[in-house]
Amino acid sequence: MEQFPGLIPYWVIMVLMMMGLYIVIAHGNLIKKIVGLNVFQVSVFLLYITMAKVEGGTAPILAEGIKLYSNPLPHVLILTAIVVGVATTALGLALVVRIHNAYGTIEDEEIDKLEDQT
Amino acid sequence: MVIAAIAIARIHDLFAVVMLTGIFSLLGAAAYVVMDAVDVAFTEAAVGAGASTVLMLGTLALTTSKERPAPAKNVISALIVVVFTGVVLIYGTLDMPIYGDPMAPIHHHVADHYLGKSSAEVGLPNVVTSVLASYRSYDTLGETFVIFTAAAGVLAILGQSRLPRRHHDQEDSEKGMVSSPEKSKGAST
Repeated sequence: MEQFPGLIPYWVIMVLMMMGLYIVIAHGNLIKKIVGLNVFQVSVFLLYITMAKVEGGTAPILAEGIKLYSNPLPHVLILTAIVVGVATTALGLALVVRIHNAYGTIEDEEIDKLEDQT
Repeated sequence: MVIAAIAIARIHDLFAVVMLTGIFSLLGAAAYVVMDAVDVAFTEAAVGAGASTVLMLGTLALTTSKERPAPAKNVISALIVVVFTGVVLIYGTLDMPIYGDPMAPIHHHVADHYLGKSSAEVGLPNVVTSVLASYRSYDTLGETFVIFTAAAGVLAILGQSRLPRRHHDQEDSEKGMVSSPEKSKGAST
C-alpha cells in the first residue's frame, strides 16, 4: 500500500465504471441502458488517458525546449474509440426506435409481457 | 463527474438524463485536457458531448421521455454484481504503476520511438496526428469501416419501417423514415 495516494485516480475511474455498469443492469428502460453504456465507455477512456499521463509532461506536440511529453499512443487509441463509440451508440438508438415502433414501449419488462401474450 | 453519474442513475426523466450525459462527457473532456490529451478532449467535446446528445434527443423525440422506476429485485442483484466487480477491479489497480510515473512500462515500449523519431519520419509536430495517420493508419482505416457499417446498419434498421408492425400505425413509420438521414449524418462525423 506504499503507493496509496498515486492510485486514487484509478479508483475514482473504477467507481465511475461501476456506476455505468449499475445503470445498464438495474434499469429496464432501453435508452437508460444506452446512457449507462456511455458512462462506462467514458470511464474506460479516462482510464487509458490516466495511464498516458507523465508527471511534469506536456501534451505530445513537439516544440522547442520541451523535453518531457505525455504518452501519445493511448491518446490515439482513445481517439479511435470515441468515434467508434458514437457509431455504436447511434446503432443502438436506431434499434431502440425500431423496438418502439414494433412494441410501442421501450421498457424491458413490458416488452417481455407483450412477447408472452403472443 | 461522480455526482453527474449518480444523478443519471437516479433521475427518471429521460430528457434530464440525456442532458446530464452531455455534461458528463464535457467534464470528461475537461479531465482529458488536465491530463494532456488535447486531441482526445476536442473529439470528446465535439462527438461525445455534441453528436451523441443530439442522437439521443432525436431518439427521445421518436419514442418517449418517461422512465418507470427499476424494480427492487433488479436493484439488489445489480448492486451485488457491481460491488463485487468494483472490488475486483480496485484490487487489480494495486499492481498498477502510480499516476504520472515516468518509469511506467507503458511509456517505454513504442512511445519513445514515436516521440523521438516521428518529426524526422513523418514531419508533423503533433505526435498524436502522426501516429494516427501514419504509424497506425490501418487502425484508422478499420475505424472508418466500423463507422460505415454502423451508418449502413442504422439505415437498414430505420429504413424498414414499412414492415408489418403490431401496435403502431403509418404515422410512426413516417417519423422513422424522417429520422434516418439525420442519424447517418451523426454517425459519420
